[in-house]
Order: sequence, then structure tokens, then C-alpha cells
Amino acid sequence: MLSEPQKDEALICEIETRARALRRHIIEMVGKAGSGHPGGSLSSSDILATLYFGGFLRLKPEDPLWPERDRFILSKGHAAPALYAALAERGFFGKDVLLTLREFGSILQGHPDCRKTPGVEVSTGSLGQGLSMGVGMALAGKLDGKGYRVWVLLGDGECQEGQVWEAAMAASHYRLDNLTAIVDHNHLQIDSRIEEVMSPEPIAQKFSAFGWEVFEANGHDIQNLVNVFRKAATVRGKPSAVIADTVKGRGVSFMENQKEWHGKAPKGEELERALKELSGDHLR
Amino acid sequence: MIATRDAYGEILVELGRENPNIVVLDADLSSSTKTEKFAKAFPERFFNVGIAEANMMGIAAGLARSGKIPFVSTFAVFATGRAYDQIRQSIAYPRFNVKIVASHGGLSVGPDGASHQALEDVALMRAIPGMVVIVPCDAHETKEAIKAALRHDGPVYVRLGREKVPSVLPDDATFEIGKGLILWPDKRREDLISSVSRGEPKESAHLFDVAFVASGIMVKPALDAARILGQEGKTCLVADFASIKPLDEELLVAIAKNSRLVVTCEEHSIIGGLGSAVCETLAENYPRPVLRVGVRDEFGQSGSAQELLDAYGLTAEGIVETARKGLSKV
Ligand SMILES: Cc1ncc(C[n+]2csc(CCOP(=O)(O)OP(=O)(O)O)c2C)c(N)n1
Ligand SMILES: [Mg+2]
Repeated sequence: MLSEPQKDEALICEIETRARALRRHIIEMVGKAGSGHPGGSLSSSDILATLYFGGFLRLKPEDPLWPERDRFILSKGHAAPALYAALAERGFFGKDVLLTLREFGSILQGHPDCRKTPGVEVSTGSLGQGLSMGVGMALAGKLDGKGYRVWVLLGDGECQEGQVWEAAMAASHYRLDNLTAIVDHNHLQIDSRIEEVMSPEPIAQKFSAFGWEVFEANGHDIQNLVNVFRKAATVRGKPSAVIADTVKGRGVSFMENQKEWHGKAPKGEELERALKELSGDHLR
Repeated sequence: MIATRDAYGEILVELGRENPNIVVLDADLSSSTKTEKFAKAFPERFFNVGIAEANMMGIAAGLARSGKIPFVSTFAVFATGRAYDQIRQSIAYPRFNVKIVASHGGLSVGPDGASHQALEDVALMRAIPGMVVIVPCDAHETKEAIKAALRHDGPVYVRLGREKVPSVLPDDATFEIGKGLILWPDKRREDLISSVSRGEPKESAHLFDVAFVASGIMVKPALDAARILGQEGKTCLVADFASIKPLDEELLVAIAKNSRLVVTCEEHSIIGGLGSAVCETLAENYPRPVLRVGVRDEFGQSGSAQELLDAYGLTAEGIVETARKGLSKV
């Protein structure tokens, strides 16, 4: 029998391995597709790996619509490559399918399409709408007396959408303690730094003012993410939010903190360099 | 080859220089809508409101009420879908002078897929009372349309595209809100209309076999379709109806009176766009068989622009096929 700390150590190691795999998939997919969004996919890779491989999402890949499943909503739908990679790693479809991203006829659309991809909960891509859908699912869970949890991942720029705050208000009004919002706080959007374009800060205090229990986390420290997600899942009587500090483009040196890599595919030498950096243990 | 959104970016700077009342708003897509050019030239008259389209339309309404002339840009799906109610209530109902210029219309957005491909934007905007709706076919027409939008006092929706497109119109082509253009054969709008008022054509043998009524990036394939059918001995007319609302009803009826079949061509749902507008006008004024080339009650999907246009039949071949089908019945 492993002791608790030993079990955790094995878990962390497993999540880290998956996170590395996610990053490689993302770069390969976007590179092959010739378009897509690497920056925000890489910043959310550790969060997704922790959710999908840290025991936070009870799912049945062979039965994607299993009624008791936990729900994950990628509200920042442009990070679809990260979601698809996690779903493939979790066994919802073959990893070979990943390289069809954005191709004509592919089940992997440029932005998540729940009618086409097993494991995708809702269709997103138009920012600001995921949290409202999460509120609906969590509300249904309460109405039906089900034990599932709903996790919603938002971008920090996305928090400029008024609809996010309409949803935040509703979630606390209905005391949805089966709902957790995670903000991928990478400080960048397309045109510039979020603080420069239109500051949504202080995001943590805003959620808290709307009646949420708020946690802050280092979005690239797996142990920290595991701890915080566990705490968030035990909050009672109100929804919880995790503001995860991240680096856009995390894992590929030349993409880190560069707004240019929000929605651009690496080509030729860039692609090779990125994959080389992501191979093996090079990743910090 | 130049994308209509690039032409918009350029003309906006030119107009901004002449008219200090012009202000520009964007929702974190200035690098895609090309309002970044204006932002660079006139930073004090540019407002990046962040990813908050609904809020952007409200701010534009307030600016217009205060005498500014706001040009508001984002992707067509978000401009017309996300902020529909704000456009309707805050801008159109009070008839505020706001120009909504949206990029990334239609399927040719490509790999981003259905969530980013506006196929109902024209239908939505056309339904709003008083809204002018323009879908230019190339860079030249875009610039002329933006100038016309500025001259017009009231809300205007202009739909632009992402992809580079060939120039279709001659450099001296004019654009007027509510006027169509005959591109083929070489005939002036006014001449066709006056010939009809003289009771021509007198014999059905003088009718065009097919008249193509097109907008946006479908104007070029409509011209190609006319050429292909011409080689088979069919006579065709091609008209550019960039001004979808108000529609050039006078020209449209004259075209119908001169043709055995009308085929509409648009990069939009056949529900509510140019095809619908043409059917409505002809049904009331001069019923003629009309076939609509466009997207048929479906969403788009990922793929390259060309793959998608091929798959949905928005090509010269697709238009020819539709025309042949129609001709076999009239
Ligand atoms: C409603 C809406 N407006 C605009 C866009 C275009 N868009 C795609 S990603 C993006 C920036 C998102 O920034 P952020 O939420 O911070 O995401 P991240 O940095 O994690 O990529 C924008 C403006 C969109 N997808 N949806
Ligand atoms: Mg961000």
C-alpha cells in the first residue's frame, strides 16, 4: 500500500507526463493544420492535464454522454487543441485523429463542436458564453439531485465579456457549489496585454464580490493545482473560482509571453524547434 | 488580390484624416478587422473596448448621439449575433449614425469553422428597420461603399471578408446605396431600365437565358459561370447587387423582364439574404423563376476557404449546374 503522500507523488508524476504529451500534441496539431491557437492552448495545458488526469473528472470515454459524468466546458474555445489532446489521451478517440485538426470533414473542428467530437460538452468559440452554460448544467445537477461537478475554463481576456458576470451573478444566486470556474490568467489577449486593452482586474475580488469562494493558484505547478482544485471541490453553499496564474505559450521558449503566438501556427524551423524543446525532460 | 478588410483599413485612415468626427471601435480584433491602421494613425480616436461586443455597440450609440461618427468593427458573427439586441435597440431604433463594418463574413473564413462563419448576418441586419446592408465584391467597391456609408446619415452594416480576392470592378466603377451594377454584358443600368419602360424586349427570343444577381465574393464566380454558359450558346447577364438593402428594385425588375431565369449567388444562407430579397421583390412585382445559390439551412465547418466553397457549391461550376437545372424547366 502506498501512503497518501506517495500516492500523490505518483499522481503528480502522471499528470506532468500527460501535460508534456498535451503540449507536444498541440504543437504537432497546430503545425500540421497550419493555423490555430498555440499560445492559449499551452497556457492551459497543465490545468487540463490536472483536471483530466488528477481524478477531477469522472468520465467514461466509451460512454461519453454517461449521465453521471463530471462536466468540463472550455469556454475559451480557441484552446481546442489542448482539449482535443486531453480527450485523446483520455481515450475518447485515437491519437491519430489529432492530426486531422481543422481539416475538411474532421471531427476536430477549429473550435469545439459537441455534435462532432465525443467528450466535448458544449460548442464554444464565441467567447463569454461558457460560464452561462455551466450554470445551466450545475443547476440541472441540483434539480436532478446528481453528484457531478461542472468545471469551466475561461480566458482572462474573456472576462471582459459582460455575460461572464451575468453568469457569475446567477451561479451565486443559485448557490451552485457544484460549479467551479477556472481563469487561465496569462495576462494576454490578442491585441495586447489585458491590462492595456481593457483591464478586467482585480478578477479574484470581482468573483468574490459576486459571492464566489476564490482561490489563487500557480497554473503551472501541478501539486498546487491539485491541492487548490481539491479545496475548490469541497466548498459548500456557493460556487468556487480558481484564478490560475499562467504564462501564455508556456513550454515553448519563443512563444512564452508573446502575443504574436496567440493565433499563429509554427512553420518549418520554428516547428522543429518547438517540438525539440517539448521532447524529453527539457521542459522546466 | 487584396482582401476587402485590408481595403477597409486603408480607406478608414484616409477618411479619418478628412473627417475629425470619425471614431473607430474594435473588440480585440483590430489586427484582423484592420482597424489597427486607424488606431496607429489616430490613437486618440480609437477605442479598443476589449472582448465585449454588446458593450461596444452601446458605446458607439452614445458616441453617435454626441455627434461622432463611429465605425464599429469585429467579426461578422459577433457583430450581428452577439450584439443583435444592442444594435436593434440602442442604434437602429433611434436611427443613430453608426457604421458597423464587420470582417470575416461567410464560409471563406475557413479553418476556424462554424462558430466563426457568419451565414445569417445579412438576414439579421436586413430585418432591422432602417438598416442599410452592403456586401462589396472587391477592394475598390469596399472603399466606395465605405465612403457612401459615411455620406449616408443613419445606421449601415457592411460585410467584409477575410480572404484576398481578385479585383472585379473597373477602377472608375461608382457605388451608390440602393443601386445595382450590370457587369455583363456591357450595358448601363439606366439603359436597361429605360428600354424596359419602352416596352422592350418585344419578343421572347430576345430574352437573356439567365440573369445572375450576385453579391460579395460570388460576383466573380457568377461572371465565370456566364462565360462558361456563353460558350454553350446561352446568353447571360450578370449584375452586382452589393447594396442588398435598399435593393435596386427598379433594376431587378428590368432584369427579370429581360430574362427567362434569375439565379442569385451569395456566400450566405439562402434564408434571409440576397436570394430572399430578390424573391420577395420579384414575387410582388414581376414573378419569374428564381433559383438561389447559397448555403442551404446548414452551418459551416472547418476547411480551407476553397475546400468549403467547393463543398457547398459556391463556385462557378455550382452556379452553372444550378442554371442548367433551371433552364431545363423554363
Ligand atoms: C465573442 C468573441 N469575440 C472575439 C473573439 C475573437 N478572439 C478569439 S481569442 C481572443 C482573445 C482571448 O483572450 P483570452 O480570453 O485572454 O484567451 P487566451 O489568452 O487564454 O488565449 C479573441 C478576441 C471570439 N472568439 N469571441
Ligand atoms: Mg489571456
